[in-house]
Amino acid sequence: MESLTNTIKSVPLNHYIMLCTIIFSIGVMGVLLRRNAIIIFMSVELMLNAVNLLLTAFSVYHGDASGQVFVFFIMALAAAEVAVGLAIIVMIYRNTNSVDINVLNRLKW
Amino acid sequence: MSIFFAILVITAKNPVHSILYLVLTFFTFTVHYILLNAQFLAIVNFIVYMGAILVLFLYTLMLINLNKDSEPVKSNIVKIAAVLGGGCLLVVLVGCLKQVGVASPVLLKDPGLGLVQNLGKVLFNEFLLPFEISSLLLLSAMVGAVLLATKDPKPKSL
Repeated sequence: MESLTNTIKSVPLNHYIMLCTIIFSIGVMGVLLRRNAIIIFMSVELMLNAVNLLLTAFSVYHGDASGQVFVFFIMALAAAEVAVGLAIIVMIYRNTNSVDINVLNRLKW
Repeated sequence: MSIFFAILVITAKNPVHSILYLVLTFFTFTVHYILLNAQFLAIVNFIVYMGAILVLFLYTLMLINLNKDSEPVKSNIVKIAAVLGGGCLLVVLVGCLKQVGVASPVLLKDPGLGLVQNLGKVLFNEFLLPFEISSLLLLSAMVGAVLLATKDPKPKSL
């Protein structure tokens, strides 16, 4: 564990910011690009994880444990969100026999 | 490496492959947590995300089985517009963050920061009320999921 903590000392904070920005943008592109509702949910998970990693990096950077507790709460929230979202997807599939979100365009007012 | 797998997640045609690539992406995130000496978060990420959430995804995908005919593809214009939009967001964010310019390395001031003991002390002293509220949230989400996913037993009787 000591060698690991020594290795991490050489990584600047900028690299973490860039990595999380790129992954967040990939998540946004995934939401815009795909039509399968499940893959859209997975892209949302990707975005949440990018934010989690950045929060952890900043928490270590400032030596403050509150950031990591916040990441824990985000994880609990993501679990709840996935459970409800997948239930909604199953219900949509039962009603329309597909998970294509364009079928849902009659939802507008 | 996590960038590579994340790109594969949104480009894989087969949804099952996409989920498996997502597992690999989350695994690289877990490695990042360990490197940041946040052991508690690494374990939670490993168990909750890779264990629970992705298995839930896989089960849903098998429940509604659509491996054979993947989705109808979008038109090319929409694809190009989506990539352009995401790329614009990326460029703007990177441009903004270049201005910040904190180049100092991530120093670990407190070596026991991410350990379970330290996090538990913070969690149960300062954040006790949000912790209880999140338990309520999980309970209500569970009830809601069960309520949504079960079939309506008597839809016409009302």
